[in-house]
Amino acid sequence: MINSYIENTLRYYPERCFNCRRCTQVCPHSVFKEGEDRALLARPEACMECGACALNCPAQAIEVQSGVGCAWAMISAALRGKDMDSSECSCGGDDGSCCGQTQEKSPPCC
Amino acid sequence: MAHRVEPGLYRLGNPKPDSPVFASANYTLSFDALRSALAGIDGYILVLDTKGINVWCAAGKGTFGTEELVRRIQSTGLAGIVIHRKIIVPQLGAPGISWPEVLRRSEFTVEYGPVRARDLPEYLKTHKATNEMRRVEFPFLDRIVLTPVEFVHAALPMFIAAAVLWFLAGPAAALAAVSAVLAGTVLFPALLPFIPTQDFSTKGLILGAVVALPFAVSFGTNPVLPVWANGISAATALLLIPAVIAYLALNFTGCTTFTSRTGVKKEIFRYVPVMALMAGLGIILGMVLGMSRFFGVI
Repeated sequence: MINSYIENTLRYYPERCFNCRRCTQVCPHSVFKEGEDRALLARPEACMECGACALNCPAQAIEVQSGVGCAWAMISAALRGKDMDSSECSCGGDDGSCCGQTQEKSPPCC
Repeated sequence: MAHRVEPGLYRLGNPKPDSPVFASANYTLSFDALRSALAGIDGYILVLDTKGINVWCAAGKGTFGTEELVRRIQSTGLAGIVIHRKIIVPQLGAPGISWPEVLRRSEFTVEYGPVRARDLPEYLKTHKATNEMRRVEFPFLDRIVLTPVEFVHAALPMFIAAAVLWFLAGPAAALAAVSAVLAGTVLFPALLPFIPTQDFSTKGLILGAVVALPFAVSFGTNPVLPVWANGISAATALLLIPAVIAYLALNFTGCTTFTSRTGVKKEIFRYVPVMALMAGLGIILGMVLGMSRFFGVI
């Protein structure tokens, strides 16, 4: 069965890692786990490309093209003739939202 | 402005110069959740200006970010208020924060706390988070709370489609339109982990086929219509309903806590043409039926 989520833009260069463990602290899906000498890439397919690990890696051992996985925002951008990768999820914004115009509730993505 | 807290430094209880500092967004619910979780603990809350948006969304947009954190540390004079140089930032703020950059520019070390504010008291005992504290889940309640908003987004097109179908094809066709939207916006989020396959579009197509089946049987067994017309009626339901539900399912990706942009993009290129083809064929077949009725063929 086709799974569109197996591949992503996450790249890990373990030879640069000096085991500061920040990646294991910031990842919300346990993509990295602590190893003896360096972080281990445990669940690469679970990466949602939030970019937290790469931004917080002081050794530049992690690269990822961060972005929001929101079809509504990407299709809207494409329909407006814009690049899908330039789309920005409008959740929580004043201009309408893909996950709630009101903020009475705090949905998971928000 | 109704959901915004004034950015700045807030005292929590009776803080001393060595009390911990917690960063938060200026979204009322984020701020209140933090205050409630820290009841009985003395400290400071540094509220960043995230334009009234919660931590995770604001981090994705960069408003809960390095720039704002450093600016707020400096504008509040935090370095003169506390004697330590550590600030506890919610883990979901990390997509906007670069701790080495914050350290370089403000001399404050960022410590990433747990995902949920309610875990903070436990976290503060050791300053170590368990795997559970670090993981984001997407449980039933979190999914179901999104369904009213999802439904409202699709409600207007649904009512228009239902009204048109009522006049053109009768109440059963209108009910099919309402059922498709309800299934796509309410049933799909509720059943998300239980529907087979990983892709949202294929999950939507599967749910759509299940929802469409009774309508197809009902439309396709009309004794007063010829066999070919019954066949077209059933095919219309089997093409249109799954296409609508799959599209609504695909749009739910933005509400989840785990879909990657790469994956969603792949889904769009793989399945939106299929959905468009199914919807187009369904509409053509529906028009064939309508014209056949109009010209008295059936």
